[in-house]
Amino acid sequence: MKIIVPVKRVVDYNVKVRVKADQSGVELANIKMSMNPFDEISVEEAIKLKEAGVATEIIAVSIGVTQCQETLRTALAMGADRAILVETSAEVQPLAVAKLLKAICEKESPQLVILGKQAIDDDSNQTGQMLAALMNWPQATFASKVSVDAGIAEVMREIDGGMETIEIKLPAIITADLRLNTPRYATLPNIMKAKKKPMDVTTPEALGVDITPRLKTLKVVEPPKRKGGVIVADVAALVDKLKNEAKVI
Amino acid sequence: MTILVLAEHDNLHLKPGVTNAVAAAQKIGGEIHLLIAGSACSGAASAAAQVAGVTKVLIADAAQYGDGTPENLAPLIVGIAKNYSHVLASASAYGKNLMPRVAALMDVAQISEIISVESPDTFVRPIYAGNAFATVQSTDTIKVITVRATGFDGVAATGGTATTENIMAGADTGQSKVLRQELTKSDRPELVAAKRIVSGGRGMGDGEKYRQLLEPLADKLGAALGASRAAVDAGFVPNDYQVGQTGKIVAPELYIAVGISGAIQHLAGMKDSKVIVAINKDPEAPIFQVADYGLVGDLFALVPQLTAAL
Ligand SMILES: Cc1cc2nc3c(=O)[nH]c(=O)nc-3n(C[C@H](O)[C@H](O)[C@H](O)COP(=O)(O)OP(=O)(O)OC[C@H]3O[C@@H](n4cnc5c(N)ncnc54)[C@H](O)[C@@H]3O)c2cc1C
Repeated sequence: MKIIVPVKRVVDYNVKVRVKADQSGVELANIKMSMNPFDEISVEEAIKLKEAGVATEIIAVSIGVTQCQETLRTALAMGADRAILVETSAEVQPLAVAKLLKAICEKESPQLVILGKQAIDDDSNQTGQMLAALMNWPQATFASKVSVDAGIAEVMREIDGGMETIEIKLPAIITADLRLNTPRYATLPNIMKAKKKPMDVTTPEALGVDITPRLKTLKVVEPPKRKGGVIVADVAALVDKLKNEAKVI
Repeated sequence: MTILVLAEHDNLHLKPGVTNAVAAAQKIGGEIHLLIAGSACSGAASAAAQVAGVTKVLIADAAQYGDGTPENLAPLIVGIAKNYSHVLASASAYGKNLMPRVAALMDVAQISEIISVESPDTFVRPIYAGNAFATVQSTDTIKVITVRATGFDGVAATGGTATTENIMAGADTGQSKVLRQELTKSDRPELVAAKRIVSGGRGMGDGEKYRQLLEPLADKLGAALGASRAAVDAGFVPNDYQVGQTGKIVAPELYIAVGISGAIQHLAGMKDSKVIVAINKDPEAPIFQVADYGLVGDLFALVPQLTAAL
C-alpha cells in the first residue's frame, strides 16, 4: 500500500519570529526554514510502516514555493520514495491545502495519509481533518501510537483527559502528535541518494483546484509584553510577595 | 444572527471550555443555541439549559454519538448549520478534532483558537506559538470557529432558562470505533479550569521526585498539576499534563514553574497567567523573563521550604 506524507516548509522551531513593521506578517527574509517538526514525525512513521512491510511506497508532498523542494529532499533523504511539489507562491490556507491533497489522493489512491497534527507557523491544526472530510475517510488525529493490520489501523490518540484508542478502516487519515516517534536524521549517503529520487512538479491550476484564501489577514501584531519581574531572595520573600503584593494566596 | 455552540460533555456534565465558547458567542452577538450530541446525555442537556445567555438547547441523543467520533458528529452538525451564522466550539482536543471536518464538509474555512472578537466576521488568533497575533476576516457565509478558553471569561453555568428540542440523529457511518480510553484519574482541579497550577519540568529528575515534591505543594494550594513536554516525554507524568503550544493552554491566577527552562513552546501555553513564579537553578533560564517572581536555586531545597511556608 501507498502512504502519502504531506510536508510543510516552516520557520525553524528555534527561531524567535519578529513581526514586520508594516504589520503585514512576520519577518521571513534570511530566516532559517525547516520541515514542520510534526511532519518529520509523520515521515518517520511512514518509513517505520514500510520497514515493517506494511507500506510499499511513500510519497512526500509539499505545497508552496520552489524552495519547498529542499523540504521534500529532506523527506526523501529520510526514506520517502518519491516526491510531488505543488508549486505556488500564493498563500495556501488549510482548506485549499486539503483540496490539493484530495486531488493528489485521487490520482495516487493511497491507503493512508499521515500528516502532522499542526504546523508550527499558523498553528491551525486543520488540514488532516479537512482532508478526511473531503475524502469521506475516517480520521485518527493526535496519534501517539499506530499499528496497521488487514486494512484496519489501531491508533492511540492523545486527548484532553489522557489517551484514547480507536480503530479505523483504511483508507484513512492519521495526524501525528509529538510522542508518536523520534524522527531519524538523514545520513550523508542517504542525502546523496535522495538527489536522484524522482520529484514531480505540478501546480494548483494543473490540479484544477481553486486556492483563493477564505480568510483575509488584516494585520499581524506583537502580543502584549509581560512586565519584567523580580528575583526574590528566598522562600520567605516569595511568600510575602504572593500574599501582600500579588494577593494570589 | 443565531449562533450554534457545540457543547463538549461526558453525557452527564459539561466540559470546562463550554461557558467560554458561549462568552465568545455573546461577543459576536445574537441568539445562542447549544448542541448536545451524545448517548443517554440528558444530564448534560439539563446542565446546558442552565448556561447563562443560551436560549435553546438542541439534543441529539443516539448510541452513535456516545463516543463523540467526528465521522458521525460532523454530518449531524452540517445538517443544522445552515440555520446559523456561526458555529463555535471550544478549542479542546474534541473541538480541534471535529470542527475542521465540519468546516470542510461545508466548504468554508475554519478559524482556529480565537482569543478575541473584533466584529461578527473579524477575529484575533495567536500564530507562531503566540509570538504574533493575527487579525483575520472571514469571507465565508457561515463561520466555523474554535475558541481558546483563556481568551474569554466564561459565562455563568447556571441561571439560564433555555428551551430544549430533540433533533433527529443521523446514520452511524461505522467508520471509526473507540476501543478504550485511559483517563488520568485525579481529585485535583482540571488543568484548563484551575485557578492555580504547579508545573514541573525536566529539572524534577524523575516521576517519583515530581510527585514527592509537587503533590504536597499543589495540595496546599488546591492547585492542578502541569508539566513541560520534557517531563511528559521522560515519563514523569501522563501526556494530559503537558502545557504549551502543542499541549494545554492555561491562564490561571497563579502558575508556579519548577525546573522548567521556559522554551517558547512552553511559554505559549502559560504566559497569559496572571502571576508567574519560576523556581530554577539557572539564573539565565528564559522562564525568568516572563516570571513575576523568580527564585534562583536548587528546587529540591526550595520546593519543600515553600510547601512548609504556606
Ligand atoms: C514542535 C514542538 C512542540 C513543542 N511543544 C511543547 C509544549 O507544548 N510544551 C512544552 O513544554 N514544550 C514543548 N516543546 C519542547 C520545548 O521546546 C522544550 O524542549 C521543553 O519545553 C523543555 O522542557 P523543560 O523546560 O522541562 O526542560 P529543559 O529545557 O531541559 O529545562 C530544565 C530546567 O530545569 C532546571 N533545573 C534542573 N535541575 C534543577 C534543580 N535541581 N533545581 C532547579 N532547577 C533545575 C534547569 O536549569 C533547566 O532550566 C515543543 C518542541 C517542539 C519542537
